[in-house]
Amino acid sequence: MNMKRFLCSAIAGGALLILGSIQNASGQIDIDVTVKGPGRVPPIWLSMSGITGEAAEVLQFDLFVQGFAFTNAENAQYLISGSANGNLQARAVDAVNKSQLVSKIYSGASLRRQAHAFADDFVEALGRKGIAKTKIAYKAAKGQNSEIFVADFDGFNQQAVTADNTIVAAPAWAPGKFGLCFLSYKLGNPAIFYQDLASGTRTKVAYYGGSSISPAVSFDGRRVAMILSKGGSPDVYVSDLDGSNLKRLTSTKQAESSPCWTPDGQWICFATEINGRRALAKVPANGGSVQIVPTPGFLNPSEPEYSPDGKWLAFTSQMRTFRICVVPTSGGPVTELIEGEDPSWAPNSRTLVFTRRQAGGRRGLSLLDVPTKQVKDVTRISGNSSQPSWAK
Amino acid sequence: MKSTLLLNLVAIGLVLSVGGVGCRKKPTGVTNIPNQRLAHVPEVGTLPPIESEMPDGFDGGQNTGEILTPIIDPSTRSNWEQDSDVFKVHTVHFAFDSSAVRSSDKAHVAAVAEYLKANAIAAVRVEGHCDERGTEEYNRALGERRALAIRDELIRLGVDASRVETISFGEDRPVNPDQTEEAFRQNRRGEFILLSPPQ
Repeated sequence: MNMKRFLCSAIAGGALLILGSIQNASGQIDIDVTVKGPGRVPPIWLSMSGITGEAAEVLQFDLFVQGFAFTNAENAQYLISGSANGNLQARAVDAVNKSQLVSKIYSGASLRRQAHAFADDFVEALGRKGIAKTKIAYKAAKGQNSEIFVADFDGFNQQAVTADNTIVAAPAWAPGKFGLCFLSYKLGNPAIFYQDLASGTRTKVAYYGGSSISPAVSFDGRRVAMILSKGGSPDVYVSDLDGSNLKRLTSTKQAESSPCWTPDGQWICFATEINGRRALAKVPANGGSVQIVPTPGFLNPSEPEYSPDGKWLAFTSQMRTFRICVVPTSGGPVTELIEGEDPSWAPNSRTLVFTRRQAGGRRGLSLLDVPTKQVKDVTRISGNSSQPSWAK
Repeated sequence: MKSTLLLNLVAIGLVLSVGGVGCRKKPTGVTNIPNQRLAHVPEVGTLPPIESEMPDGFDGGQNTGEILTPIIDPSTRSNWEQDSDVFKVHTVHFAFDSSAVRSSDKAHVAAVAEYLKANAIAAVRVEGHCDERGTEEYNRALGERRALAIRDELIRLGVDASRVETISFGEDRPVNPDQTEEAFRQNRRGEFILLSPPQ
């Protein structure tokens, strides 16, 4: 018997129900992932009635990539019902004890956004963090050039952020800000910029000799880790978001690449080569000695990214093909999830957006729910797109 | 501390549940969703100008003993003429996932070095490229490593470091877009661009 279903039906009424469901819901996810491992957690079954058309499509998409799946009312753990005639009216009920989790009428914006709002209300009623109103940024190729775009996480409402008519790449959201770092070849050599998306104002973070590439903004939105070759080799550097207080963190002949931050801002993890083998390593963000981050059994790791809750490190392993992998930050076995590259975590620390290569060299974005390994392509974003970054 | 937190949670739970009891059957308050648009999407040519103010060169950091030659200001030769044909035949190719200049390619680097020695005012930009079998930012770093390996060879042959610029295009500028071994071989390369001062 499903543990959560048992607990929810055992606890009834009032404060206890709500308090209990918050604790159980968040606790349950941890237990499942820890015991069964990423990719092996069963989905939570839902049914939906009365809601049709675009609103139903939005809910199915949003909830599928957060570890839910749809079935009939008899087999569902939660029942979603309502109507979507003009505005969305929706409720979610626990199938066992019939308690109501959400019941709302939405108005304004669009039916899509109303459905996203309900998806968040439902997921948050289960004690999780909603992601249905979040955005992603990505690189979209146009011939030999590329520009940065942002869109809703499901690929709707795409908007260009840059129009540099050159290579623009490696977008990285500044957590807590409505702004992005990225690299652009607009000045000739690749340089790193920060662009405020509300005003369009662009500031220079790093423009030096050689290549200034691969920015990553710390979770407090204040510092940028990056790769600069101005010292004679591609090394890890850190500076403030305005480019000041630049500090070099590695000094090797090898090429370091793709840095990322731990959520507490203490460490920067990156790809490098140690004793002739490619590996992930980390260095204190204020300087210090480099430590290996083990990825046992998975060769040629790159593109690490920590989940916002600090529990997981996702990365790309390149064996014959590219594979998305996760490893607990506390150490332990690596789990290979799916073929793909360049993973970026959603704020819920369970959904990843990543790049998949398709026939003919085209690249597209896909979403992966790590615990259940449920995957959906972001088909709305056509063309050749890669390097997704999920806004946090 | 812990019990205070628990009490708070219970209190929140009570408030929420009271709210929930009153409206069990019919939906409650209407939730208005604001429209979201980016305030500003730049058009081609409307980006604010970026002035080319240069920070200091190599800052030292914590050098672990390797001698690395810092790179000069990228804006120094921004108005110089660029010629990508002169050294076309001297394009250097690399082994898979390697930035070592192979002995068979050293003659190409030597030819460029000789040219630079004979033309004292000229400079060169080395462009590093990769095939697509690597993640994008890994390749961008690898391409720079390749350009720097060629630069190291030029320096070894007596060319002053200040006359050699480097840039990486990663896998973004293949000469052959096919996905064949031959295309990958052609794309793993270092190209030389001759830089001449304005007349």
